[in-house]
Amino acid sequence: MADPMRIRAALAGDETTVRVLMAHIMEPGTRKDAAGALIPAHFIQDVEASHNGKPVLKAMWSGAVSQNPFLSFKFKGAAKGDKVVVKWVDNKGGSRTDEATIA
Amino acid sequence: MKSTRRSALKATGAFATLVSLGLVTQSQAQAAVDRASFSVKTLDDALKAIGGTPANSDQVTVVSPDIAENGAVVPVGVTSRLPNTTELYIIIEKNPTPFAAAFMIPAGTMADVQTRVKMGQSTNVVAVVKADGKLFSATKETKVTLGGCGG
Repeated sequence: MADPMRIRAALAGDETTVRVLMAHIMEPGTRKDAAGALIPAHFIQDVEASHNGKPVLKAMWSGAVSQNPFLSFKFKGAAKGDKVVVKWVDNKGGSRTDEATIA
Repeated sequence: MKSTRRSALKATGAFATLVSLGLVTQSQAQAAVDRASFSVKTLDDALKAIGGTPANSDQVTVVSPDIAENGAVVPVGVTSRLPNTTELYIIIEKNPTPFAAAFMIPAGTMADVQTRVKMGQSTNVVAVVKADGKLFSATKETKVTLGGCGG
């Protein structure tokens, strides 16, 4: 099981800024190991963020996103104390869901 | 867990040859682009996968450093001031697979996304934005001192 995400959600004015740090190896599948064999791809493919059950961002990634990916986005219409839920799924079927409270 | 798997893989390189297939085949119905788009090799093909040639727009901004010391972690952001922006794409022109990331922006979410990507060498970063069904783009060059795609 992957490590938990670190999610910060802060309300400023009417905009909520969400910053997510995910723990993932993000192996693109193009690198070779010391023996010259390709290291198999293993990266997050889909990210979904929702607020009160309503999606606020969907992302599709390739292996070009850096290891331990960082993601930041902004949305409107949230209040302090609301929950933001972020879910990712990787290309091997692994997934992780975490939530944070908007501060 | 992660570190042990990594070192195990390094030790047994033969295992790696088995798995290089499973890259990006599964397609997604609800998204505007499918998984196959992520494996195209050129900028032109990546733009084709998005749906055409975008027009340059000064309403689209690419936030990317002029010089990146470490190509493995380059902060890149895309913002669009166009109304009804629904999709954002990040394309790294000189990467082996240029199509790096796609973001779907529902109503109520700002067209302002930041992440970190890998760059194999100095390259143009192309941001493509879909607003009102039309494509717009902006380009910025980033010089990479140390590539991040291994080899």
